[in-house]
Amino acid sequence: MTAPTDWLAIDWMLAAIASWIAIGAAGVVRPHNFFIVARVLFPLGALLALLVAATAGLALFGGTETAVLPLGLPGLPFHLRLDALSAFFLLLLGSASAGISVFAAGYFRQGEGTPPGVLCLLYHLFLAAMAMVMLADDAYVFMVMWELMALASFFLVTANHTIPAIRRAGYLYLLIAHIGALAILLCFGVLQANTGDYTFDNMRAQSLTPFWASVAFLLAFFGFGAKAGFLPTHIWLPEAHPAAPSPVSALMSGVMLKTAIYGLLRIGFEILPTQLAWWGVLALAVGLATALFGVVFAAIQTDMKRLLAYSSIENIGLLAVGIGLALLFTGYGMPALAALALTAVLYHALNHAFFKSLLFLGTGAVLHATGERNLGKLGGLLRYMPWVGWLALVGTLAAAGLPPLNGFVSEWLLLQSFLFTLGLPGTFVNNLVPVVAAGVALVAALGGYVMVKFFGVIFLGQPREPRLASSHDAARWERVGLVWLAAGCVALGLLPAQVISLIDPVTRVLVRDGIGPQVASQGWLFLAPVSAERASYSPLLFLLLVAASFALSFLLVRRLYHGKLRRAAPWDCGYPLLNARMQDTAEGFGQPIRQVFEPFFRIDRHLPSPFDRQPSYRMEASDHFWHWLYLPVAHATEAVSRVVGRLQQGRISTYLMYSFVTLLVMLLLVFR
Amino acid sequence: MTVYSFIAQLLAVLIAVAGAPLLTGWINQCRAWLQNKSAPPLLLPYHTLHKLFWKESVVAEGASPLFRAAPYVIFGAMVLACGIVPSLSTDLPLAAAADAIALVGLFALARVFISLAAMDIGTAFGTLGARREMLVGFLAEPALLMVLFTAAFITQSTSLANIVETISGQEFAIYPSLAFAGVAFAMVSLAENARVPVDNPATHLELTMIHEAMILEYSGRHLALIEWAASLKLFAYSSIGLAIFFPWGIAQVHEPVGMLLALPVLVAKLAVGGAALALIETLSAKMRIFRVPEFLAGAFLLAVIGILVHFLLGA
Repeated sequence: MTAPTDWLAIDWMLAAIASWIAIGAAGVVRPHNFFIVARVLFPLGALLALLVAATAGLALFGGTETAVLPLGLPGLPFHLRLDALSAFFLLLLGSASAGISVFAAGYFRQGEGTPPGVLCLLYHLFLAAMAMVMLADDAYVFMVMWELMALASFFLVTANHTIPAIRRAGYLYLLIAHIGALAILLCFGVLQANTGDYTFDNMRAQSLTPFWASVAFLLAFFGFGAKAGFLPTHIWLPEAHPAAPSPVSALMSGVMLKTAIYGLLRIGFEILPTQLAWWGVLALAVGLATALFGVVFAAIQTDMKRLLAYSSIENIGLLAVGIGLALLFTGYGMPALAALALTAVLYHALNHAFFKSLLFLGTGAVLHATGERNLGKLGGLLRYMPWVGWLALVGTLAAAGLPPLNGFVSEWLLLQSFLFTLGLPGTFVNNLVPVVAAGVALVAALGGYVMVKFFGVIFLGQPREPRLASSHDAARWERVGLVWLAAGCVALGLLPAQVISLIDPVTRVLVRDGIGPQVASQGWLFLAPVSAERASYSPLLFLLLVAASFALSFLLVRRLYHGKLRRAAPWDCGYPLLNARMQDTAEGFGQPIRQVFEPFFRIDRHLPSPFDRQPSYRMEASDHFWHWLYLPVAHATEAVSRVVGRLQQGRISTYLMYSFVTLLVMLLLVFR
Repeated sequence: MTVYSFIAQLLAVLIAVAGAPLLTGWINQCRAWLQNKSAPPLLLPYHTLHKLFWKESVVAEGASPLFRAAPYVIFGAMVLACGIVPSLSTDLPLAAAADAIALVGLFALARVFISLAAMDIGTAFGTLGARREMLVGFLAEPALLMVLFTAAFITQSTSLANIVETISGQEFAIYPSLAFAGVAFAMVSLAENARVPVDNPATHLELTMIHEAMILEYSGRHLALIEWAASLKLFAYSSIGLAIFFPWGIAQVHEPVGMLLALPVLVAKLAVGGAALALIETLSAKMRIFRVPEFLAGAFLLAVIGILVHFLLGA
């Protein structure tokens, strides 16, 4: 081994990944020692995450590096490669997971399901596997790490495996993860084009016919879509993400979903040499459907973590829309515009990693303080948990896509890239794209609705249960993690020009074009992706102006008039008997959406009759896909297995008979 | 950017902040005339603001700092909105900080803050109002965005100043797409400014209100700021409408003399627009709350049709 000064970025990266595995292993040495695991190992993991992020940030500009590790099967070493695309996603992984790991240091408690040391092992294996997926340069190591990632996260999801609902969620997750993995495997099979060489370099060199390229793309779209939560394979996401412990939910929603986006970009843009425009149409349609579905379901949820999981489906849908737009532009030979759309996608991926992790960790802190996930039993927590509340407000505003925070910048870029459709040939796409833009605008606005519901019901109003008044705020480690992620949301929102300079090398890898120079030419204050005349936005100036008028009006009112304030009971139109039950519930807040978007839901209502002694009202809104797609498939599988099950008699003589008959048939076939 | 453009910018903001309550007063007056009532004084909104600022603020016991900060945030957001919409001149240095999409984001920011503030105390009416406000918002916001997109597709720019310059600089022509967008914009403005058929600014019947229900708990200076912000929002919406659909008379860049002419033109346009708004409010009846999504979905569809018409006809 050479001296560390000679190390390339990829060596540092591998060292960090190996250390993660070592930390995980150290956790199992004393699995029940809470102090070592939580206060030493998790913070160390966070430091390593920072190392990964820093190395990746340097590697973005450092050109492509490759390495071959003599691991794996004989003759099948691990091919690794660190290019700008990998580096960007490693940056995302490192920077988001640094905050999550610090939070986890304070979060995992003793006596909750799996021992902390085992969680530590799985958690760091999960991180290492995700990082290796992004470094993989052959199908073999990619699939191994992809599976390791799925398995580690499966065991993390089922950390509280004593609860049947969590076991069921874990099973569903594992099942769909493997259906997706099979599609990815088949996709690699198509990509290597009968050469038998599964390195990505070989795949890049193949020139597939449009038919086989489309097959490969469709397989990748389905396979990675199953991991990301595209319709109709989204079904596991609202089950598995809430079931996991909150730092793991944050990691799965914030980072793991992005590995699927990474894979789709890697195969769709980098490995496949040419892109067809109709792939873009497909991705636009699926993406918009996913986003709309996700946000509408998020609006009616009553469980705070499920709400966030559906909101992740929405954001993944928006990413797919952006990818679709980029495919459309590359398919018609317009790389500059594709670069703009991809910039929006990558930016949004980074943003989502930060704000969704922040929100999931916020729910984790609430869950710890109150033991309650049901929105109907929360409320008023901003008073008792100011740290969590105010930091969650940052995440809420970012997730709602409000300026000047980060969610707005990527939505702005995405909408900007829709405005260039006039250049597209063909009336069909010309008319399709504005309709999709309208859909995206609708989704963004509904996202605001969801986030107001999320924050308002949990943190504002009066506590819906008396015991909430004794909720404690997040502890020190948890606060550090939350502050890190909230600061990320603010920084990504206020400094778009700098962030785009990080994204520029990535779009150059993907579509050989980028908007970096144009953005840089406008200076650091203004973001003008095409030209200053066309559109410009300056979040810093925006914030400054709103803050200035805030301060000016505040001071002027006090100078010209006065600042007197009196506290009194709420007015509420003079009604004196106000209590916490009179506030809007989560169901109530979602009710308009349920009514407006009724065809989206399968609503099962139980209304009380006038003669009921104990009248009860029950309403359940479930997913059409579950009833029309998954249940029939599950029933058919069960029916087939019942038929096959008849073979099983449980008597050894019958089984010997089967073996004998099989042998006879074989022999007949061979010696015929 | 010159000293002149900074003066123009400052003037635009000051005129908006000072003149917005006047517009509200004018609309109230017109409405009273049309409804055969004796009209309140034109300057009544100023008296109301002055009175409210003098009163002490009564804040509910459980209110968080968010509740107290929200009026200032909303007011600040609306001042910025009035600063970036070209009402007098297109020579606005601030306009580079926020384009049409950011303007929609700015309105969304104000909406989210007022809804959160309404939920803060935990009263029945406050949360009801917040829910309804978000219901109106989630359809009005994309509809407004699509209206602005129609103009952006025509002018190939999302900067409001450039939109105005391009549209007013061209030969007079009727754009079919803008006609659709105009109708959609009128519908959205009614909804967003809490006007009759969607909401009634004069009502005090709690169960039918949206805007008033949200601000029930506010008093004193906080209420004054919110009411002022509401007039600013009306002013900003009127200015957007005038800027996109009737851009003539707005001073162009490097045209200091135009400013002198632009002010009376703006006043005249706002007077006509305000009278038209009062007429609409008088002629229509308030809708049930669940007719509002249909109304706004209509506006949204009209705006999308406007864009499609632009693509199909190229105009």
